[in-house]
Amino acid sequence: MITDSLIVSAILFSIGVLGVLTRRNAIILFMCVELMLNAVNLSFVAFSRLHGVTGQVFVIMVMTIAAAEAALGLAIVISVFRHFESLNLADLKLLRG
Amino acid sequence: MSSLFHFQFYFFALVAIVSALCFVTRKNPVAAALWLVNVMFALSGLYVMLDAPFVAAIQVLVYAGAIMVVFVFVVMLLNLGRSSELSDMRSIAARLGAGLISIGLAASVLMVLREKIPDTELTIPSENVVAPVAAALFNDYLIAFEVTSLVLLVAVIGAVVLAKRRVSA
Repeated sequence: MITDSLIVSAILFSIGVLGVLTRRNAIILFMCVELMLNAVNLSFVAFSRLHGVTGQVFVIMVMTIAAAEAALGLAIVISVFRHFESLNLADLKLLRG
Repeated sequence: MSSLFHFQFYFFALVAIVSALCFVTRKNPVAAALWLVNVMFALSGLYVMLDAPFVAAIQVLVYAGAIMVVFVFVVMLLNLGRSSELSDMRSIAARLGAGLISIGLAASVLMVLREKIPDTELTIPSENVVAPVAAALFNDYLIAFEVTSLVLLVAVIGAVVLAKRRVSA
């Protein structure tokens, strides 16, 4: 069962990477990062069956940091949208010179 | 009992993977967010099967209940949905390359997993599941727990400062 969970976790993480590489919408990119964090959480929980409850403590920490990251990231997204009127990453070329 | 447990486990795993694939391929941000909520619920089911019902409850409350609501709220606040916003997929070549990269990533991780990991059978979750987590959290990791509260405070202040509409004098 642990091996199966780890396989599911690896597949979910790869799907998250696929999303980050194929999408250009900033909000969707954030959601893909959340999916990758979830995949890592699944491996933490799977390993906590082998190595004690520490893995679940780590999952709680990861969820807290994910919440903070989502709040900050979405604030940045709102601020970027006010400035550029777009969330398409192809339109954000300010640093290109 | 055992076969039912296995069926439920693989059912939740299948739902999670299919929902994740749908999430990545949806063009509409709201539809993508709802598929991601589906992934979160399936993962919560997997956590229950893996004898971590407290984490499962937190998953539903925090991820599906709070974080995804914020995402959907921001999508609606920004009024996305115009055609230029919806066509956010990269070109066919870039998509094929990305697919190859992610398949390669998954394959390399799965290669590592071929090493035999000692396996435990699925069990019915024991009655006392929150107390061990709380004991570890409030004894061994107390400092990390307190620092986390500071991180949340900074995130709240930062989000308000960043998203505040600047009053141009």
